[in-house]
Amino acid sequence: MRVFLKELFFELKKNKGSMIGIIIIILATVIALFAPLIAPHDPTHIYSDYLRLPPSFTAGGNPQFFFGTDDLGRDLLSRLIYGSQISLAVGFAVVVISLVIGTFMGVIAGYYGGFIDKTIMRITDLIMSLPSILFAIVIVAVLGPGITNAIVAVSIVAIPNFVRIIRAQVMVEKSRQYVSAAKLFGAGNFRIMFIEILPNCMAPLIVQASLGFSDGILNCAALGFLGLGAQAPMSEWGTMLSDARSYIESSPWMVTLPGLCILIVVLSFNLLGDGLRDALDPRLKKQN
Amino acid sequence: MKYILKKLLDMIPTMLGISLVCFFMIRMIPGDPVLNLIGERGADPARYLEMKKSLGLDLPITEQYWVYLKKTLQGDLGNSIISNNTVWSEFIERFPATVELGMVGLFFAIIIGIPLGIFAAIKRNSFFDYFLMSSSLIGYSMPIFWWGLILILVFSVKLGLTPVSGRIDFIYDIPTFTGLYIIDTLRPAVVSAEGFAPFWSSLKHLILPSLALGTIPLAVIARMTRSSMLEVLNEDYMRTARAKGMSRKRVIFIHALRNALVPIITTIALLFGSIITGAILTETIFSWPGIGKWIVASITARDYPVIQGGVLIISFIIVLTNVLVDVIYYFLNPKMRN
Repeated sequence: MRVFLKELFFELKKNKGSMIGIIIIILATVIALFAPLIAPHDPTHIYSDYLRLPPSFTAGGNPQFFFGTDDLGRDLLSRLIYGSQISLAVGFAVVVISLVIGTFMGVIAGYYGGFIDKTIMRITDLIMSLPSILFAIVIVAVLGPGITNAIVAVSIVAIPNFVRIIRAQVMVEKSRQYVSAAKLFGAGNFRIMFIEILPNCMAPLIVQASLGFSDGILNCAALGFLGLGAQAPMSEWGTMLSDARSYIESSPWMVTLPGLCILIVVLSFNLLGDGLRDALDPRLKKQN
Repeated sequence: MKYILKKLLDMIPTMLGISLVCFFMIRMIPGDPVLNLIGERGADPARYLEMKKSLGLDLPITEQYWVYLKKTLQGDLGNSIISNNTVWSEFIERFPATVELGMVGLFFAIIIGIPLGIFAAIKRNSFFDYFLMSSSLIGYSMPIFWWGLILILVFSVKLGLTPVSGRIDFIYDIPTFTGLYIIDTLRPAVVSAEGFAPFWSSLKHLILPSLALGTIPLAVIARMTRSSMLEVLNEDYMRTARAKGMSRKRVIFIHALRNALVPIITTIALLFGSIITGAILTETIFSWPGIGKWIVASITARDYPVIQGGVLIISFIIVLTNVLVDVIYYFLNPKMRN
C-alpha cells in the first residue's frame, strides 16, 4: 500500500494540474480547520451600521471588512472562510457515504452475479435514469430541506458511480488465479470479496472518490442555492449565493465571491481526479 | 427492429421502478397526507373522510399503487393543489419553453465544441490545446447557478445588452403555434403585424440562459471530440489515406471526423439528462417559465401532485432518450450488430 501511494505521488508530481489541485485542496483544508483563528469576525455577527459595504479595496470600502459585508451587515470574508468548513465537510461526508455503500453493493453484485447482480443493477439504473439534481430534489422534498438531508440526497445520487466501477473491476478480478488459490485454502466468500479482491480495485476507486468530492460539493451548493440545502444563518456558499441574488445590481461582490469559492474548490478536486486517472490508468495517458 | 423492441421492453422495469419511487414519495412525507393537503385548520371530520376517499387513501397500499398505476397509464396524473389544473396540462404549457432553451443551449455547445475539439486534437500539445483543455475543465467545474448570475451581472447589469428574465417582452402577445417563440415569432402572420421586433426580443431573452445552460455541455463535447479525434488519428487507415496522397484536410474532415463522430454523438445524446439538471437551475435564475422552474416552485409550494407527476414525465423522457441513444449507436456502429 505504501509503495503504491509513493508511486502514485511520483506520477502525480509530473502533472502540473493535479499539483495545483492538491495545493488548493490543502490550503482550503487548512483554512477550514483553522477558521476560528483566521476569520477576522464572527460569521453570524450582525454589524447593523455596515449594511452591504463594498470590499475594502474598492471605493467606499471599510478596511475593517476586507471583502465587504452582506445584506445583514455580516463580514463576507469571515462567512466565506467558515463556508469552506461546510463545503469540505459536505464533500467528505458525501464521498464516505456513497463510497462505502456503493463499494459494498458493487462488490456483492460483481462477485455473486445472477439475481443479486441484476437487482442491484436495476436499482442503480433507476437512480441514474433521473438527473442527479432532480433526484436529490425529490429526496429533499420528502425529507424536508436542510444540510443533513441534502447530504443524504446527494450521497444516494452518487452511489451508482461507485457501484458500476467496482462491479466491473470485481468481475475481472474474480477470475484471477489468486482468487482460486484463496478458495482452495478455504477462504470464505466474505474474505475473498473484501480482503483478497477489493484491494486490487483501488485505482478506479481513488479516481472516483476525487471526482465524487467535486460532484458532492457542487450538488450540495446547488441545493443550497435552490433553498433546499443549508438554511440561514449557516454560511454555506450556495445558500449565500441565493441570498445575494436580489442584490446583484447594487452589491455584485456578494454574488461574485461565494460562487468563485465553489468554482475554485470544485475545480481543484477535478484537477486532482484527472491527474489521478492519468497516473493510474496508463492506457489513457498514452492516448491523451 | 428486434433490437429496438428489446430496448423498449427493457424500459418497462425501469419505469415501473420510477413509478414506485413517485408513488411512495408522497406517502413517505412525514405527517398525514390528507392534513398536508387540506391544512390542519380546515380539518372537519366529514371533509377529512371525503378527501381521504377522493385521494384513495382508504384502500390498502398495494391497491392504492394499482389504482395509481392505472390512472397514470391513462394519462391522468392528478391535479395541482395550487392551481387545480391537471398536472399534464401544466406540463404541456411549460414544456416548449424548456425544449427551446435546451435545444438552443445544446446547439451552441455543439457548433462551438466540436470545431474546438477537432482543432485541439490536430494541434495536439500546442498552447491552444492546453488552453482549451484547461478552460474546458473550468467549464466542467462551473457552478452554473453562479455562472448565470455572472452573465446577468456583465451583460444585463453592466452593459445593458440583454434582458434579465422571462422569454419575451410583455408588450408582445404571440399566438402559440409550436410553443417555441423563436419559431412562432417568425410566422408570416406575426411578421406582417409586428415586424421582426418580437423575434429579436425573444432571441435576446434566449441568449444568456442558453449560454449558461450550454457551458457544461460545451466543455464535455470539446473534450470528447478531442480525445475521440486523437484516437482515430492514430489508426493505421489514417496513415494509409495520407500515403495514397490524400490532402491532410480531406483526411481529417472526411475520414477521421466520420469515425470520431460515433462516440461524440453518443456523448451528446447522453447530455440530455444534464441539460434537464441545468434547466432546473438556469430557469430558476432567469425566471424562464419552463418545467425546471415549475418543479422548483412546486417544491417550495409543497404541491405534491405536481412534483410526483413532473418527476415521472421528466424521467420518462430521459429513459426514452437513452433508448434512442442505444438505437442510434446500434445503427452507427456495425460492430454492435453481431
